[in-house]
Amino acid sequence: MPIDDIRDIVARHARLAGDVAALQPESDLYAAGLTSLTTVHVMLALEDHFDVEFPEELLRRQTFESLQAIADAIESLRT
Amino acid sequence: MSDPSFDDLITRLGALCREVIAPHSDAVDRDARFPTEAFAALREARFLSVLLPEDVGGMGLRFDQVGRICEVLAGACASTAMIYAMHQIQVACLLHHGLQAPALRAEAERLCREQLLMASATTELGVGGDVRRSKCAVERDGDRYTLHKVAPVISYGEAADIILVTCRANPDAQESDQAIVLVRRQDVTLKPIGEWDTLGFRGTCSLGYDLQASGPAAFVLPTPYADIHARTMHPVAHLMWSALWTGIAGDSVARARAFIRAAARRTPGQLPPGATRLAEVDAAFFSMKSGVQQVFAEYQALLEAHPGQAGFGDFGFSLRVNHLKVQASQQVVDVVGRALLVAGISGYRNDSQYSLGRHLRDAYGAAIMVNNDRILDQSALIEVALRDGWKPMPRGT
Repeated sequence: MPIDDIRDIVARHARLAGDVAALQPESDLYAAGLTSLTTVHVMLALEDHFDVEFPEELLRRQTFESLQAIADAIESLRT
Repeated sequence: MSDPSFDDLITRLGALCREVIAPHSDAVDRDARFPTEAFAALREARFLSVLLPEDVGGMGLRFDQVGRICEVLAGACASTAMIYAMHQIQVACLLHHGLQAPALRAEAERLCREQLLMASATTELGVGGDVRRSKCAVERDGDRYTLHKVAPVISYGEAADIILVTCRANPDAQESDQAIVLVRRQDVTLKPIGEWDTLGFRGTCSLGYDLQASGPAAFVLPTPYADIHARTMHPVAHLMWSALWTGIAGDSVARARAFIRAAARRTPGQLPPGATRLAEVDAAFFSMKSGVQQVFAEYQALLEAHPGQAGFGDFGFSLRVNHLKVQASQQVVDVVGRALLVAGISGYRNDSQYSLGRHLRDAYGAAIMVNNDRILDQSALIEVALRDGWKPMPRGT
């Protein structure tokens, strides 16, 4: 299930203050400490891992606001 | 698009500028004092509420129209224009993120009725000018809030009737999890820190303050600051500032042109020396205006496409807003500098009708306020992520 892969990527690249394992799929990643710098690194890691490219219309704050939002975006790129 | 009632408004503003605002601009600059006469006139003519809708008591102007007002004001007094622009940025936050809440809507109605002036406390000691992080937090106790912020800058804090203060959303929130609190004058104590004696924008009186506030909890804006920043604060700030820098540039070109015309009258049948430079500076001014107009148009289209709270946060748009700020803030220095070359010693003198000293000093402030280096760093991040439709072509074999 990609959400576990996404959680893993967020754990490695988002440099959040709290425990990533404790995040709910809908938890607000920005409130958890995601910044514009870490968003970019999360995005690049997601592109490598899932072999996708984020088009400009998905490069927006809302795409990265939760694990579920990221999963939905990846899903839309893989279909 | 021509709008006769807006054209009338600009005509009336032009008269205020000539009769009241420009005549006091040198004193405001010399004494680094709040432009009292300008704001008395703007209040009298109800210019402080133009952005709010008519059913609240305003005029319901579009952002590009308010930008035009900033531009005209800046031609007369850049400090007045900067204060007016900063006020409108805060009004825009109230317009987009406050009107759905009854207590905040009532404040908007009071603003229209009493022509209140809004200021902001964004930066904070310890965050190095980064508006997307806060140290201080709003604390709620029943139906009251309390808030303490050490703000290195609150422009015209003492003249403001309302201050919008950014802070952490609660005492447990991360630095980036922010809210805005609407602080009324009767709810706040401001202890000044330091003085304001700068090269330009001297009338903005942008002192630091130790701010202690307490008031009704209903004055905490219901929208998280992240959304307010994306939809309103970031684009509107850079648009309004760029618009007023255009006004500084425009008045500089006008002074250069007036100088060349006077020379042309003295030498009929001959193009005065400097006329070619006038064409060159006007071309640079044209380029500056085009950038501002483009981003105003894109912002208006985005607002119309996303009328609700959501829909902003597009990295590409943020990048173009950043580009606008960085470019316009450099172009204003370039245009004023070129105009100075056209007007020569007459522009260099402080006692001439073509004097450009104040314009040049104000122009240099543009790159400093929200430092361009910080913005370029932010843009650099987006540049790494963004594909704007261009991909490198494959190499030949």
